[in-house]
Amino acid sequence: MAHCYINGVGCVSTQDTSDYKIFLETQHELTENIVRVHKPNYRDFIKPAMIRRMANGVKNGVVASAIALKEANIKMPEAIITGTGMGCTIDSGKFLKNIIDNKEQFLTPTAFIQSTHNTVGGQIALGLQCKAYNVTYVHKATSFEASLVDALLMINDNETNILVGGVDEIGDYSVRLHQLIGLVKNQETLSNGLLQSNSKGVVYGEGAQFFALENQKKETTYAELIDVEIYDNIDESEIHNKLLQFLKTNGLAIADVDLVVLGNNGDVKFDFIYNNLQDNLLKSTQQIYYKHLSGEYHTASSFGLWIAAQICKIQEIPKFLKLNNKEVATIKNVLLYNQYLGENHSFTLLRSC
Amino acid sequence: MSKGVAVTGMGIISSIGNNVEENYQSLISKKQGISKIKKIQTIHKNVIKVGEINYTNEALIELLKLSDSNNYSRTAMLGEIAAKEAVKNANITDINKYKTGLISATSVGGMDMTERYFYSQFEETKNRKYIASHDAGDSSKKIAKSLGITDFVSTISTACSSSANAIMLGARLIRAGKIDRVIVGGSDCLSKFTINGFKTLMILSETDCKPFDANRTGLNLGEAAAFLVLESDEVVKKENKKVLAYVSGYANANDAYHQTASSENGEGATLAMQKALKVAKINPKAIDYVNAHGTATPNNDQSESRALINVFGTKVPDFSSTKAYTGHTLAAAAAIEAVYAILAIQHKVIFPNLNFETPIAETALVPKTEVTKKEIQHVLSNSFGFGGNCSTLIFSKA
Amino acid sequence: MENLKQELKAKIIENLNLEDFKVEDIEDNDPLFGDGLGLDSIDALELIVMLDKDYGIKISDPKKGKEIFESIQTMAQFIMDNKTK
Repeated sequence: MAHCYINGVGCVSTQDTSDYKIFLETQHELTENIVRVHKPNYRDFIKPAMIRRMANGVKNGVVASAIALKEANIKMPEAIITGTGMGCTIDSGKFLKNIIDNKEQFLTPTAFIQSTHNTVGGQIALGLQCKAYNVTYVHKATSFEASLVDALLMINDNETNILVGGVDEIGDYSVRLHQLIGLVKNQETLSNGLLQSNSKGVVYGEGAQFFALENQKKETTYAELIDVEIYDNIDESEIHNKLLQFLKTNGLAIADVDLVVLGNNGDVKFDFIYNNLQDNLLKSTQQIYYKHLSGEYHTASSFGLWIAAQICKIQEIPKFLKLNNKEVATIKNVLLYNQYLGENHSFTLLRSC
Repeated sequence: MSKGVAVTGMGIISSIGNNVEENYQSLISKKQGISKIKKIQTIHKNVIKVGEINYTNEALIELLKLSDSNNYSRTAMLGEIAAKEAVKNANITDINKYKTGLISATSVGGMDMTERYFYSQFEETKNRKYIASHDAGDSSKKIAKSLGITDFVSTISTACSSSANAIMLGARLIRAGKIDRVIVGGSDCLSKFTINGFKTLMILSETDCKPFDANRTGLNLGEAAAFLVLESDEVVKKENKKVLAYVSGYANANDAYHQTASSENGEGATLAMQKALKVAKINPKAIDYVNAHGTATPNNDQSESRALINVFGTKVPDFSSTKAYTGHTLAAAAAIEAVYAILAIQHKVIFPNLNFETPIAETALVPKTEVTKKEIQHVLSNSFGFGGNCSTLIFSKA
Repeated sequence: MENLKQELKAKIIENLNLEDFKVEDIEDNDPLFGDGLGLDSIDALELIVMLDKDYGIKISDPKKGKEIFESIQTMAQFIMDNKTK
């Protein structure tokens, strides 16, 4: 088996994540129910001729990917793999609205062209003039994890470096629809913090996180990506066993896990799935969460991986992430578990180097 | 040495047939499925030509025995029909006897319902059920649930090459031993969104499309779904399975030239074909038939012709585009053409490129225009999409 | 004609999202595509819809756009010669 190392990371999120140190100083728990990204200076990263057609998600993806590649000093990746749950929802909403409002007349192509799910991957390739493998996964809350599965296959197939990321953007039309069916929290319920909100729905966020993966360890290495497994629609009762099985496949038992990164999003209808693990199987394991900082979106787990990678490297867990008081001296094996709406379960295993 | 990844079942629904057999009969009797829009409520009804599937949504609901409260998009319904045929064709009775996954592909997802209830869902609660089935992953989730697949389920969207990448990932997962069996393919229904979108690009033909013809004026859109069952050698052996064909080569490259257009020299397409041949470990000369992407847009066919010459030199194999039968079915295109490639191998026949008259002057390539009997060992199938995505699959005789 | 040219410059900047340009930056004879304003084939399609919507001129062959949209001058002349509204 080849090894797969995270050698560069790029994060555009609802926090200032341009630098991990800045993030540690400026981070704040989100108090609004719909939260957009802390905007980077896009023009530092994207040529004016390209930027004029890009919606926010595309810009964020291009910026995050550029940062990750630069850190790992990769000029030309051998694959670009993107995950996005809702795709380019700003432009698809825009084109759709034009169709309806103008009764299918006088329509122009730009929004349609930019609305395809693979726009982010395509624009990254175009910007880099990268002719390599390029795929976009669009499967709900495992869009990013499927991208990781693909990346691991690639590394095992002798590719040396892969650019992989998760990106989702807030589109006005789609967020209004999601509010209609109760997927977004009422803002009033957030005054005591996300996990105390005791309400249905989530804090609706957006972001773009990209990772430069390589088969060689180097100075910039954050952690080794060991394995990723997806369980799309299993019963809650099976999660316990699936988790143990996932660890076993990788030669580990629960006691070997030094840190678990959980996707709790404060949705009173589904957080019990996390809580059951926290109170039982993972009772003695150090637990953290992050969606009070990132908000929830289909690829929010890529923000979780960004956090986990930073922790592996620095070996310190910030207080504001902690779900319990367990502590270990060195953080070696890190398990990430995520699900959304009781579906799209995923396990990701990292190891400090 | 393995011949590749075994295909043990297939299913399809398109404008030329509701199952594999009907599609085959249409292909060999040159019966195309292009006609003016009948079912979609659009100002282009009775004007623009498309490959529409005969069933209404109501008929599909009945066929699948869905409840009144279902929130299936047409994409999900078409997908479920094709996927069920594939599983049945593979004689699978206990889906979870082996570690089984599903990888589907779509570009529109549930857009057909979202556009229908764009404003009304704010006022009327009954139409809100479709909000949760808008996203691209929803159709895959429904198909997986209907088949009893619970673990690895994913969806790929790379515009018009989507399902080629789904087939490719499936084959790679099996080769890597990560999974024993995987249902792979794609589904896309027609929608106002795509019809109007392609219209703004001014690449819709007003007449029946003419792939590779010098006087081609653009593409016809279509709707379809198709799935293949891929199984590992171990499963094939244990279950004594009949193998329909092997997925022996696959590749994906990016043209990195333009957001929607293909480069004039077909660089991305050339790379994809060359890489796929390398994966299959075969010589270009071994290819007996190319099922081309051949959308009949001026840009694609010119670029693809150039790419074919780049790869095969003066000896371009027998080739045809089947888009004149079905229309361009977007994310489903590579999957339905995978079924056609396997049918070509099984029945030893090349399906004709309809409506072709005059070769493109600069490349002078002439596709097969008649049903042609021929022993076929290897078929190469191309699919290209927006965002520069170029994918090639190679299917080989069992 | 002069008014029309100014109008076209403003519309092009607005419709094509050319944030770095102002009306006075565009000369009547500057090439719109390639080296000049840097427009491409997608912009040509946008401009074809603009001709239809604002001036009642229908163009069915996108290739024709190349000559018409050579510069503000050629575009204005074409509109003067062909407009129906």
